[in-house]
Amino acid sequence: MMNLDSLYQEIILDHYKKPLGSGLQDNFSGEAFHVNTSCGDEVTVRVLLDGNQILNMTHEGVGCSISRASASVLHALTKEETTETFHVLLDNFVDLMHSQGKVVPDEEVLGDAAAFAGVSKYPARVKCALLPWMAMKDAIEGAGNE
Amino acid sequence: MTLDLGQELKDDFPILSHKVRGVSDLVYLDSAATSQKPKVVIAAESNFYTSTNATVHRSGHELGELASAAYEAARENIARFVGIEPGNLIFTKNATEGINLVAYAVLNATLLAKSGDKRYNKLAIGAEDSIVITEMEHHANIVPWQHLAQVTGARLEYLKVDESGRLDIDESKFSKSTKIVAITHQSNVLGSVTDVAKIVRFANKVGAMVVLDACQSVPHFNVDFKLLGVSAAAWSGHKMLGPTGVGCLYLNDELLGELPPFLLGGNMIENVTYESSTFRSDNAKFEAGTMNIAQVVGLSAAVDYLKNVGMNVIHEHVRELTGAALKGMLSMPGIRILGPTDLTDREGLVSFEVDGVHPHDVSQFLDSKGVAVRAGHHCAWPLHRKLGAVASSRASFYLYNTKEDVDVFLAALDQIRDYFKVA
Repeated sequence: MMNLDSLYQEIILDHYKKPLGSGLQDNFSGEAFHVNTSCGDEVTVRVLLDGNQILNMTHEGVGCSISRASASVLHALTKEETTETFHVLLDNFVDLMHSQGKVVPDEEVLGDAAAFAGVSKYPARVKCALLPWMAMKDAIEGAGNE
Repeated sequence: MTLDLGQELKDDFPILSHKVRGVSDLVYLDSAATSQKPKVVIAAESNFYTSTNATVHRSGHELGELASAAYEAARENIARFVGIEPGNLIFTKNATEGINLVAYAVLNATLLAKSGDKRYNKLAIGAEDSIVITEMEHHANIVPWQHLAQVTGARLEYLKVDESGRLDIDESKFSKSTKIVAITHQSNVLGSVTDVAKIVRFANKVGAMVVLDACQSVPHFNVDFKLLGVSAAAWSGHKMLGPTGVGCLYLNDELLGELPPFLLGGNMIENVTYESSTFRSDNAKFEAGTMNIAQVVGLSAAVDYLKNVGMNVIHEHVRELTGAALKGMLSMPGIRILGPTDLTDREGLVSFEVDGVHPHDVSQFLDSKGVAVRAGHHCAWPLHRKLGAVASSRASFYLYNTKEDVDVFLAALDQIRDYFKVA
C-alpha cells in the first residue's frame, strides 16, 4: 500500500524547511543549471573543488519539497568528500530511485538520502529527487574541463 | 431531490470507479488535460474494428464502402456540432497538428510565392507583416507562430492579459501589416473566455485571418465557428469525451481553397507523375495518408453523447461546480487563484497556488486523497512567468463531476498547509 508519509518523511520535510547549502558561493570551480521541463523546476549547483576533493557544494533554485530537500541532503553528504565518493553515492542513489520501492536503501552509504526511498514508488517524482544530483554531476564534469 | 448530473452519468464512465492507490475513490479533476470516455465511445471504436474496418476512399470492396461511409458520416456529425459544413472539416492527430498545419501552410505559401507562383502572393508573409497572438496561449498556439515569424522575418505581437486575468483586446495591435491573429477561445490556465467576435471585428477591418484554439471551448459550451466568423479553428477530440489520436481543424472556404497543403502523400493528390504532382482542391488536400478512422468514428459517438446530455446542461453544471470551487477556495487561507475569481467570462477550471507548498506537492497530497489535478506550467510557461508563478495546480471540471467531488477536493485542499507545516 502507498502511504503519503513514506514519500514525505520527516527528514525530507525538515531539509525542505531549512535547506543546507542554499545560496550560491562566489568562489567555485564548476557550475551547472538544470531544469525539469515538465514542471519548470530549476536548480543551479556550484562546486568548489581542490583536485578531487569537494570542498563545498551550494545550490539555488525553485522547486518542490523533494527537489529542494534533495539538494540540501546532497550538500551535507558531499561536503569534504572526494569526487569518487560522489560518484559512488550517485550510482547508489540512481539505483534507489529506479527501484520502484523494491530496494532497501543502505543507510550507511546514503545517510539522509536513504529517506528518499519512498520517492521511487512515484515515477513522476523521481526526476524531482534526481534534479540536483544530475546538476552536481555536470558541475563537477564542467570543473574538470576548465 | 434531483440527482446531480455527475451522479446521473457516472455509470457511463467505467474508469470513474477506479480506486486510487488501491484505496480512495477517484475524484477526476483533470478534464482540461484529457476527458474520460463513456462506454458508447469505447464501444464505437471497438465496433468499428470488429465490423467495419478497412481504409477509406480507396477500396471498392464492401468493407471499404462501409468504412468510408462511417468516416464521412462522422465528419458530417462533428461538423454540424460546431456549426460548419462537413467539407470545411479536416481531421488531424490533435489540435497541435491543426495549428501547425495552418502555420506551415502559410510558410509553404510564402516559399511558393518567392519561387514565382503568384497564386500564393496574398497568403505570403514577410518582414513587413505581423502575427498577433496573446499572452495566455498554450505552447501549441505560441511555438508554431514563433517559428513562422522567425523564418519569415514577420513580427510577433502579444495582446496582454490584464490584472484580473482577462484578455485586453487592444485595437492598436491590429494594423494593415497584421496577417494572422491566433487566439485561444478559453485559456487553459486562467479559464477566461475570449471575446472572439471583437477580435474578428478588429481583424476583419485590417484583413487578417483569425485562427482560434478551441480546445477548451468546444467540450464545454455551444460553439458555432461560422457565426463567430473565424477563418480557422483547431480543437482536440480527447478533451470532449472522444479518443486520443484525433483532432479537428475548421478552415473557412477561402483558406480551404487558398492554403497549399502541409503534409504530402497518398490520397491528397489529384495527379502524380515522376516530375511533379497536383493536389486535390477540397478538404482531402489536407488529409494525407491513412487517417485515424476508428478514432474519428469514436469522436462522432462522443458528439452524440454530448448532444444527448445537452451542451447547455453541461455548461450550466460545470459553471455550478466551478463557482462552488471558487467560493470554497476564496474563503481558504493561503490560496492564490490565477485568473478571474468570479464567473464572468470564465469557465470550467481553476488554477491556483498554495502558499508555501509547491504545486507538485499539492497534487501529490491531493492524489493521496484520490483527487487527480494537474500540476505544472500546463504548457503555458510564459504566462506563468508573467504571473510570477513557477508552476500551478489546476482543478478542472466536466459533466461527470459531482458537487461531492468539489467537496472532497476542497476538504483535501484545506489540509495541505497543515501537512507541510506551513499554515
